[in-house]
Order: sequence, then structure tokens, then C-alpha cells
Amino acid sequence: MSSVLFDVPGPKARTRNVYLNVATIIVVVGIIAFILFRFNESGQFTAKKWEIFTFPRVQQMFLTVIGATLKAFAVAAVGSLVLGILLAFGRLADSRWVRVPCYWFTELFRAVPLLILMMIMYYGLPSAGVKGITPFIAVVTGLILYNGSVLAEVFRAGIESLPKGQREAGLAVGLSKGQVQRIILLPQAVRSMLPVIISQLVVILKDTALGFLITYNEVLYYANFLGSQGQYGSPVVPALMVTAVIYVGLCLILSGIAKLVESKMSSRVKVVRTRVGVAG
Amino acid sequence: MNVLIDNSGLFVTGFKNTGILFVISAFFALILGTVVAGMRVSPAPAMRAAGTLYVNAVRNTPLTLILAFFALGYPKLGLPEIGFMNAAIVGLSLYTATYVSEAIRSGINTVAVGQSEAARAIGLPFMQTLTLIVLPQAFRSVLPPLFSVFIALLKNTTVAAGFSVFEAGAIRAYLSERGEPLLPGLLWVAVIFVVLVLGILTPLQRYLEKKWRVAR
Repeated sequence: MSSVLFDVPGPKARTRNVYLNVATIIVVVGIIAFILFRFNESGQFTAKKWEIFTFPRVQQMFLTVIGATLKAFAVAAVGSLVLGILLAFGRLADSRWVRVPCYWFTELFRAVPLLILMMIMYYGLPSAGVKGITPFIAVVTGLILYNGSVLAEVFRAGIESLPKGQREAGLAVGLSKGQVQRIILLPQAVRSMLPVIISQLVVILKDTALGFLITYNEVLYYANFLGSQGQYGSPVVPALMVTAVIYVGLCLILSGIAKLVESKMSSRVKVVRTRVGVAG
Repeated sequence: MNVLIDNSGLFVTGFKNTGILFVISAFFALILGTVVAGMRVSPAPAMRAAGTLYVNAVRNTPLTLILAFFALGYPKLGLPEIGFMNAAIVGLSLYTATYVSEAIRSGINTVAVGQSEAARAIGLPFMQTLTLIVLPQAFRSVLPPLFSVFIALLKNTTVAAGFSVFEAGAIRAYLSERGEPLLPGLLWVAVIFVVLVLGILTPLQRYLEKKWRVAR
């Protein structure tokens, strides 16, 4: 890995590394200090700008909008996984009438920017007479169409990377094609593709913030609203700081849960493998 | 078709600005991303830590929030004005650079161990091992992921429309001001993006991949 790029440091290299470390720390601390200094100079840390965040009403609203973000994420994540699996099976189907449309579906929806998809949902469809499209529906359908297509490719790559014998053995013991895909291939593909699937889930969580641009009332939308409150000194920067902490926190929690699941799953594989080894 | 022809000026200006955002941000993201990837494999622990901190913090922040900071928060800091276009370029470059650095770092790991061992054996120091031996090979093997990163960047430029930059994503707002039908207008924007991604960038990626393929 990376340690291959340099030797175990000798006395000369060690002094050089010390200099490099010190220089890096000075630069990083310098950048952070400059940002904090600017924030302080322009009055971002004054009590007036932070006062609004002490109101119970505002804190409650923050919980509500975090709930809105999580709701959009949860619905979109489940929807994308389901759509992704369906499309992956579609692309691996025997019939050309299923395979080709699924291919174009995934290609097209991956090529269109997510924001444009959401805009088509939220502004385009109502202007063509479709009723009842709320920002929530627009955000979630946009996320599902895009991420479902991305995940379809992930699942397909996972299934195709499995050894051919898996499928053949499944068919040989008398399972139908559908059963082979559901019981034999999909679970293995999911396990081997878990890191990619998880990073895609983090992408979904982050992309819910696009809802801000089509008036979905989520964390960033509310932060922007708070930032425009003139009587509390228009706390734009404090509101964005709070939002950043919320998003980074949510993403880190999601990655943490994902890592836990991943280690659980991979340890189960190991147990199975050793058992097979003992039996053989 | 009428929407496209009647408002051709709007579409041309919009996609021209999208192109500018894309090319300049891609350029800076590539440079910054390569530097950060170099920091993350460097012998100095502090450099590695700084690179990791930057990548993890920015990758876990939504792009919309980063652009919001540069477009809405930055002007409040009393620093020189940079304008919305430059604000979007800074935000997009900083965001994309983290993905570039991850792609390149994974590429560095695919270069055979013998390559850097041989480089060290003939006495090259770390910087030369990295820039003369490892990175040129790494760039070739990361071409596909790097292209995905840049395709994502092209699509991400639309987010800047929410922060007063007149590019492809903002065409909708102007169409609605002129009272034009929105659905066909938006579908045309989508079609142009499909052409740009599937018609230009993807074939270019295939061509470069073929040209730069390494015999292993």
C-alpha cells in the first residue's frame, strides 16, 4: 500500500519529516485561524447572531426539518434499492424486450442531472397539467430514479462478478431462474458490493439537500430562512455552520452504521468459510 | 422543438456558462485532487492527517451547502467580492477535488509494488518516485473512475443555478419568466445533458482508455 512509496525513514529522513510535519501543521492552523479570524472580524460569533438558535421554538423546528431530511432519505433509499434490484434483473433478463428498455432507462437517468429531474417533476409536470406534486414527491422520485439507475449498475456488476458455477449449481439443484437470482446470486452480489452500496446511500442522504432548490422544507431550506431574519442580525454564516454540523454528523452516523453492518456481514462469511474448510 | 428555437439565445448562454463552470472547475479539481492524493500517501503523518481530514469533511457535506456557503455566507465575511460565478467555481472545485483525490489514491494502490521498489532501489526520493514512476501509471488506471467524477461534475454544475449563476439549470427560471411551456423546455435541457454525457464524454472516455491502455 502507501508505505511502499518510501523507505523506513533514516536519521536524515526523520528530521525532514519533522520539518514537513511542522510546516503542514503551520499551514493548516494558519488556514483555520484565518477563517476564524475573518468570522470573528465580521461579527459571526457575536451573541446577537447566535441568539436565534437558543429559542426552543427554533430548536424544535430544527428537529422537524431534520425529520424531513431523514424521511426523504429513508423513502428514497428504500425506493432506490428496490428499483435498482428490479433494473439489474431486467438488464440480465433473457428477453431482449426487457433487457434493452432497462439498459436505456439506466443510461438515460444516469446522464440527466438530478436537479433537472427534480425540476421536471416539480415545475415541468404541473405545467403540463399533472396535479398533486409536492416538493417531497419531486425530491423522492428524482432521487429514486437517479440512484435506482446507479444502484442497478452496481448490482449488475456484483452479479456478473460472481463465479459462473454459482448460477449453474443453483440451476442444477432444480431452482428456477428467478429463484437462482433471488436466493443465490443477489445475496452474494449485495455482500460483495456493500461498500459501494453504502457510499451510494451517503450520496442519497447528501442529495436530499437539493430539495432546498425546489422549496422542500428540509435542513438547508430552514437554515436559509433563519439566515434572512434581519432582527437577529441575518445570521447566514451561523445558520450554515449549524447545517454543516448536522449534515456531516448524519453522514458520519450513517457511515458508522454501515461499517458495523459490513463487519457483521463479512465476519459471517468468514465463519461459513472456515466451517467449509474444516468439513473439507 | 419550438421552445428550443424560440429561446435559442437562452439555451446557448446557459450551456456556455455550464461549459465554463465545468472546464475551469475540472482543471482546479484535478490539480488540487492530485496534490491531496499525494499528501495522503506522503511520509509525513501530519500531511496524511490533513489530507484525510479535508477529504472526509468535504465528502460528507452536501454540494448544495458548500455552494450556499460561498454564494451566501462568503459575502458576509467582509473579504473582497468574487461574484457568483467564481464562488460557484471555488465550491465545485473544492468539492470535486475530494473525489479526484480518492480516485487517484485508489489508482496509486493499483500500481505494482515492484515499480516503486525499483524506483527506490535506483535512489529516487519520494517526490520523484511519486511524480515520475507511480502517478503516470496511476493516471492511466484511474481513467474510468476519473471520468465518472468529471461526468458527475458536469451534472453538478446545475446546482449553481440555485445560487444566481446563469447556467443550464437556470434556464427554467427564465423560461417561466417569459411564460414559455416549462415541461418541453426542461426536457430539452435534459436531452442536451444526455447528448453531452452519452454522446461526447463517454465516447471520449472509451477512446482515451483504448489509447492509454497499459499492457500488464
